[in-house]
Amino acid sequence: MPDARPDRDGPRRQEQQGEPEQREGLGTGPGRLLVALYAVFTVGAGSRSIYQLATRFDEAPLAYTLSAVAAVVYAVILVALVRGGRTSRRIATAGCALELAGVLIVGTLTLVDPEAFPDSTVWSDYGMGYLFIPLVLPVAGLLWLRRAPRDGTDGAARPAG
Amino acid sequence: MIDALTLAISVAALLLAAWCGADALRDRPTKDANFVGMAVVTLLVLAQLVVAVVELAGGERPQDGTVIFVAYLLGAAAAVPATGFMSLAERTRWGSATVAAGAVVLAVLEVRLYDIWGGAGA
Repeated sequence: MPDARPDRDGPRRQEQQGEPEQREGLGTGPGRLLVALYAVFTVGAGSRSIYQLATRFDEAPLAYTLSAVAAVVYAVILVALVRGGRTSRRIATAGCALELAGVLIVGTLTLVDPEAFPDSTVWSDYGMGYLFIPLVLPVAGLLWLRRAPRDGTDGAARPAG
Repeated sequence: MIDALTLAISVAALLLAAWCGADALRDRPTKDANFVGMAVVTLLVLAQLVVAVVELAGGERPQDGTVIFVAYLLGAAAAVPATGFMSLAERTRWGSATVAAGAVVLAVLEVRLYDIWGGAGA
C-alpha cells in the first residue's frame, strides 16, 4: 500500500534529523586541543611532503614516502576527530595506533640504520625534531578516544571503565 | 626580515602561551583579555607578513627557498587566529589550552622563519 509509506518512514527520518548533537563528542573538550594539533601536523607534514616529493624525491625516496604516509595518517585522524560518531571513533583509533607504530618503528630504524634516511621525517628519532609531539600525540589520542563521551549508540557494547 | 620583529613575535607568542596555559591549568576558558593578547600577537605577525612581502617584492630572497618561506609565513599568520576561533567554540579550559598550543606553534614557526631567511644579518 503506497499510503503506508510516509507513515513508516516519517518517524525514522525525524529521529535522524532531530538530534544533530549525537555526532559530537570526539572534537570537543580535550578533543579540541587534539584537533588543533592534528591540523598543524596534517598541514605541516602534508605540505612538506608534497614539496619534497615534487622537487627532490630521488634524494631520499624512503624518507619522503614515509613523510607522505605520515601526512595521510594525520589527515585521516583529523577528519575522524572532527566528524565524530561511532565509525569515526574506530577510524581514529586505528589511525592513532598506526601513527604510534609508525613513530616507534621509524624512530628505531633511524637510530639503528641512519644511512637509510639521508633526510629526516616527522617520525625520525621518535619525533625529536618536533619536540616529541609525534610520539605524544597518538598516546594522547588513544587515551582521549577511550574517555570521550559516547554518542549512545555503542555505549552499552563496551564494559564500563 | 627584521630580526627584532621576529624576536618580538616569538617572545609575545611564548607569553601568550604561558598566559593561556595558566588559565587552562586554573580551569578557565579564554576571556576578553586573552583575546586582546591574541590580537596584539596577530597584529605583530601581520606586520611581519607585510614586511616580508615588501622585501620579496624588492628582490630579496630567503636562503632556503621562497616557497618554503611563504608557507611558513602563512602558517605563522594563521596559528593564533585559528586557535582563537576554536576557543570561542570551546568554552572550557581546553579552549585556553588550544590557544596556548597555537601560540607555541607560532613561536616554533618564527624560529624556523629566521633559519629559512638565512639567520643572523639577514
